[in-house]
Amino acid sequence: MPTKLLKWSWLAASAALLLAATAQAQITSYDERDRLNTDSHIGKYTGHATNAKEDYRRYCVGCHGELGDGNGEVAQWLDPKPRDFTLGIFKCRSTPTGTLPTDEDLFNTIARGLDRSNMPVWNTFTKQQRADLVAWVKHFSPRFQKEKPGTPIEIPAEPEVTPERVKAGQDVFARVQCWKCHGVEGMANGPSASTLTDDLSRPILPYNFTDGSRPKCGSTDQDIYRIFMTGLDGTPMPSFSDNIKPEEAWDLVFYLRTLQPHNTFNLKERQIAKQLGLKPVNPNAPAQ
Amino acid sequence: MKSHYVRKLAAVLPALVLVCAGAVLLSQKVNAAGGGSITGTVKLSGTAPHMKGIDMSKDPVCSKAHDTNPAKMENVLVGSGDGLENVVLYISQGLTGNEAPSSQEPTFAQKGCMYTPHVLALNVDQKFKVTTEDQTTHNIHPLPDPTAGNIGWNKSQPPAAPPIETSWKNQEVAIPVKCNIHPWMHGWFVVVKGPYATTDDKGSYTIQNVPAGSYTVTAWQEDLGTQTAKVTVAAGSAAKADFTFKGK
Repeated sequence: MPTKLLKWSWLAASAALLLAATAQAQITSYDERDRLNTDSHIGKYTGHATNAKEDYRRYCVGCHGELGDGNGEVAQWLDPKPRDFTLGIFKCRSTPTGTLPTDEDLFNTIARGLDRSNMPVWNTFTKQQRADLVAWVKHFSPRFQKEKPGTPIEIPAEPEVTPERVKAGQDVFARVQCWKCHGVEGMANGPSASTLTDDLSRPILPYNFTDGSRPKCGSTDQDIYRIFMTGLDGTPMPSFSDNIKPEEAWDLVFYLRTLQPHNTFNLKERQIAKQLGLKPVNPNAPAQ
Repeated sequence: MKSHYVRKLAAVLPALVLVCAGAVLLSQKVNAAGGGSITGTVKLSGTAPHMKGIDMSKDPVCSKAHDTNPAKMENVLVGSGDGLENVVLYISQGLTGNEAPSSQEPTFAQKGCMYTPHVLALNVDQKFKVTTEDQTTHNIHPLPDPTAGNIGWNKSQPPAAPPIETSWKNQEVAIPVKCNIHPWMHGWFVVVKGPYATTDDKGSYTIQNVPAGSYTVTAWQEDLGTQTAKVTVAAGSAAKADFTFKGK
């Protein structure tokens, strides 16, 4: 009888402790039902998380995993590693560093794929399927339950490319020292390139402008503008929005185009660079 | 039948006592008038771990700043009398929530491609500035635990960049911060609730403005972990709490 009593009181005491512990845990966890009700809004499309369940299991789960933590069956053989959706940290955003991406950002990433990674171009999905998948991706992270996406940065209308702008762009490149990682010729061989690691301490390479690959977060002029003004969260690429003014940002876009191999989209910039006889920036020049 | 009832009662009673005790603890208000303080020293016993020198030759601007005074890692800094520097002391138990948050706006500077201070203690929502004095570009990249509620970011600071003014929303001991461009640069933000202090180069500290009451003080060192001590602060007087960390 006394042993039984003891047992009962222990049970009750641990139940009370457990109760207190779960009450604490609720501060960081989030409700399963709310989670499955996650939706997304992209233009006229409204996505519902639960509608994407089957697509996710068929097309995404192998890499991103059942729990969305990037630990799918094949993840061990991939480099770069698949995104861990539970962290709610995304590279390709139109929003400032440290904020959540918009639904449209995720929608675009799915269709665009990520060049030089195992994430293919998923433009085979219908827009509705993609919208549903965006909602499903969001449901993995508690951040989307608690926070609103950041306000997308404003991108002024693109000006005309001029020699002055390309030259000014090179000055920005030298001043904010893009070459520290990307190299003076954009060959991803700057002095800090070899030691870069991502937020999970895995080695990572800077973008090589000269090898003909596409930037991970899009290749339009607006995409390039967005990349250095918002930064790629989770990677060493910081946001430069505090130190590059919007008009200077366009100059930098034009200069970066001169580093890329000859193509239709950068004909004008490359011609200007040739006429100007632009030489790579001098890394040993004193800071301006 | 009766014994069954007694058994049930015995089962519920401990739970009830626990809940009541919790409620009493939570509702207890400490008199904030006539604040005292907690003071003491933090020492290291045994051999101090070797702090490796830092090779900054990849960035001449950085290596030049340490021409005469070679840079070393700062994980465990031992000063005179075995005092441990950069240990953060904060109250981990006994706070009422009525303590006034710090009104200072400290600076976290990038200087000679090192962080000064190496460890910055802060209150939740306390504003601080990140500045740069270097003629080289840094990126300042705090990496909070995503589940703790603080959100990381990554911003560049080229030479002469304006300060970044920001704060942390949630308690977190501690948030590492790094510069990807200069991989040796790393530091810490220690975000706590209530009064706190950081040890100086002799290992001494004083936590000011502590209302009278009983507390648990935690000492946090980035490599050596944490230690706690129980103290009772009387109104207007200083309670003492010394700590000794063991060298590895």
